[in-house]
Parts: sequence; structure tokens; C-alpha cells
Amino acid sequence: MTVTLSRSTFTGLRCKECGHAYEAGARHVCEDVCFGPLEVVYDYDAIRSRVSRATIEAGPASIWRYREFLPIEGDPIDVGTGFTPLLKANNLARRLGLKSLYIKNDGVNMPTLSFKDRVVSVALTRARELGFKTVSCASTGNLANSTAAIAAHAGLECCVFIPSDLELGKVLGTLIYNPTLMAVHGNYDQVNRLCSEVANTYGWGFVNINLRPYYSEGSKTLGYEVIEQLGWELPDHIVAPLASGSLFTKIRKGFDEFIKCGLVEEKSVRFSGAQAEGCSPIAQAFAEGRDFITPVKPNTIAKSIAIGNPADGPYAIDIANRTGGTIAAVSDSEIIDGIKLLAETEGVFTETAGGTTIAVLKKLVEQGKINPEERTVAYITGNGLKTTEAVVDAIGKPYTIEAQLDSFNAAWQQAQASQSNG
Amino acid sequence: MPVQVLIPTPLQKFTNDEASVSLDAGSVDALIDALDGRYPGLKGRLCDEAGKLRRFLNVYVNSEDIRFLDNQATTLSDGDEVSIVPAVAGG
Repeated sequence: MTVTLSRSTFTGLRCKECGHAYEAGARHVCEDVCFGPLEVVYDYDAIRSRVSRATIEAGPASIWRYREFLPIEGDPIDVGTGFTPLLKANNLARRLGLKSLYIKNDGVNMPTLSFKDRVVSVALTRARELGFKTVSCASTGNLANSTAAIAAHAGLECCVFIPSDLELGKVLGTLIYNPTLMAVHGNYDQVNRLCSEVANTYGWGFVNINLRPYYSEGSKTLGYEVIEQLGWELPDHIVAPLASGSLFTKIRKGFDEFIKCGLVEEKSVRFSGAQAEGCSPIAQAFAEGRDFITPVKPNTIAKSIAIGNPADGPYAIDIANRTGGTIAAVSDSEIIDGIKLLAETEGVFTETAGGTTIAVLKKLVEQGKINPEERTVAYITGNGLKTTEAVVDAIGKPYTIEAQLDSFNAAWQQAQASQSNG
Repeated sequence: MPVQVLIPTPLQKFTNDEASVSLDAGSVDALIDALDGRYPGLKGRLCDEAGKLRRFLNVYVNSEDIRFLDNQATTLSDGDEVSIVPAVAGG
């Protein structure tokens, strides 16, 4: 007799607020009691018995090296997502006055150049296991790119929803995979409301709605990877962008799970969050000492993080408070400066969310809220080539010359002069 | 003054699987009471013990979040559409 042992390590879902338990189906809210968000429950004894640093290091160079910590039962959809570079950012550190700064660069994540590939790889693997034939999402751009791409790879039907005013790169980066794309007149929160109603009636797997408990777990891998890439150590301080607040809470969960499973030595890590002033409901609540969010209507170039009604905002505030971190907001012009600063110092071209993170990092150093001695990790979650509109007016122009040495000489002198003036 | 209320899937077990119901109510608070009158127990799901809407629920009147209006005191008129939507993640 052959006994097949399930490799799954998760046992169900549980309400994060009231603890009520549910089966591991396609549901995301505590429908029997309080409407709180549901989270995946794991058997950590089983994980501990199967996982060590050595087993992880022997795994694939993708998020699936951590599969015991992810809520899937069978074979994953592995498109090479994850295990992105952790760059020691010495130039930027020197510029800011820090001693030990790292950039976690998910702008080169696969297949669609943002951290969303992590959450979508997990969500679509689970969607397939739950029998969905059509997958969907409400997106500010990156999630739509990722859902369309990975659905194409997995052979799933795909219909995604975005606000109609998104950057061209994000629209094109979805359409190329030939999903059905709905560009909705309205902001992200309105798109989300529509999608909740579509999810109710069409029976599709929405990665960020009825698959949310599985989807959001994918972000934990951004915590695991940083630990592993720092030589199995925790950083002292992390800075990450805040949109819905989910990523922030899941990095923390990733750190906690590795501590719990004996993979890394426990120590406190400060969590600081970054928002754009034009959409900063979490930063505002943090500044005012509130534990609840007052929604706002977004007006910022940082469209990928422009969520006016962030579902995990209260949890993000709680984590910043409990870890001695902070949550700050920066203006659109500071965001552009942040994009340029990271590119010029480290050769990393990020989108507006990354510009927000770098600008907030700079601000927190200037305010003394990051100690120069702290080993700090800034999470860069998306790629600048998707949002070129944001910087096109803020960068240099090429010197257009003739194919003659004279012409080059003149232009070179001009360039030297403008550099020494600058 | 009938208003149309869109009921999310998790609450449709209260409404005999109806996704949309029509009720008379002059405000969001009155609507919650009217819903509870017709479908006993529904208010306990929507609101905490103090009668305040649970923080993970969003309520919209004609697509506008009531937190941009007058919260639970938001007035309703004939033909308004009210949707009740649990919070979702995103990005």
C-alpha cells in the first residue's frame, strides 16, 4: 500500500480579530461573527519537523524554497518568482549618513517586475487547487500585470480591473498577456467595491478578495529572503511602502515565523512605513495617535500605493507602534527625488512606490528616527520602467549631435561645463 | 421611500439568498434597524454592541463611502442604492 503524505502544512483559516475558525476555502472575511479578515492557520510543529536552514538552502531559487510556510497543497505554479537581490547600498548609505543599508530589489522580480508576483504565484496556485477556472483582481497596476501574466502561464482565464487613469506602462504590461481588462472610471477604492460585487455574483477567484488569505501570505517571503540573505540574521530596521498595509504586516509575520521555527535568532526589528502625502490615511492616523483609519481620496503620482481605504491600516499602525518604528509621508516632488537618488547612487530604477520608500528613508534619517548604526533594509517593490511618466520631466536630456568628432567635442565640453555648474 | 440595498454574499443567508433587497429608510441607521426588523440578527453582524458599524465593513451610498458623508447618520432618499462591502486587500 502506498501512503501519500500531504505536503500541506496549513490546517484552515481563522479570523484575525475574534479567532473564529473556518475551512480553507475561498473566503476572506469572518462571515459568521465580526467581518474581520481571515488568516491561514499553520501546523508549526509540522513545519519545524520538516524545515531547516539546509533544506531551505537546497530548495529552488524562488519563493517555493519556503513552500512549507505557504498555503498550498500540491505543486506550485513556479515562474521563478522571488529570491531577488539584496543589495548592500554603500553609496546611498554614505549619501544619507547611514552605516549599513540594504536595498531589497523586487523591481526585478519575475515575471512582472514587482513584489506582486509573490502574492499572485501563491494565490493562483491556491485558486487552481480550489477549482477556479477564471481569476481576477482589482489593481492599481502591478497586481493586474502579475495576475494576467501568471494566469497566462497557468492556463487560467483572466479578467482584471484597474482605475482608468493608470500609467501606460501598467496598462500595456497587462494587455500583452491578453486578459480581459476593465478600465473603470473611478479610483482604486471604487474599483475594489465593484469587484466585491462582481466576486459575489460571478464565482471567480479574485486574488485580493476571496483568495486574499492565501494571496497575502506570499508577501511573507520578503521577510524570509532578507533573513537568509543577511546570513540568517534579522535586520535592525526595515522601511517599506504602505498601500493596503498588507505587505508590511506580512514581512513582520515572516520574521516572526522564522523566529518561531528556530531558523533565526530572535531580536527586535523596527518597522517604519512610507506613504505619499496625496494618499496617506495610515500616516495621518499614526501621526494623530489613532488606531482607526479615516479614508481619503487619493491624489498622488504614486498610483501603485494610492489606496484611500487601506484594509490592513490598523494592523500596520499597531506594528509601527509596537516595534518603535514610525509611519511618514512625503510629497510627490520628494518621491521623484527619491527615485532619482536611488538610481544615481545604486543603479536601481524604481517606480513611484520605491521613490516614496527612499524619500521616507531619507526623511527618517534626517529626523533622527533611524540610527546610523542600525542595519536597515529598504524594500523596493516595483520597477521604474513601468511609470516613466512620473520622471520624464525631471531628468536630463540627451545631447543630439552629428556623427562627427567636432560635434561630439563641442557637446562634451558643454556636458562638462553643465556638470561643474551642477 | 424605498432604497435598494446590495447584500454581500456572507450575509445572504439572512436574506434568503437575495443579493439585493428593497426597504424604506430615511438614514443609514434607520436602514440597519429596518434590515434587522425584516431579517432578525442582521444588525448584530453589521454592528458592534454599541450599534457602531464594524470597522472592517464599508458602507456606500450611491458609490460614496459614508465616511465621506455623514457616517451612520447619512440620510437616504427614494431610489438611493446602498452597498455593504467587507474590506479587501489590494495594490
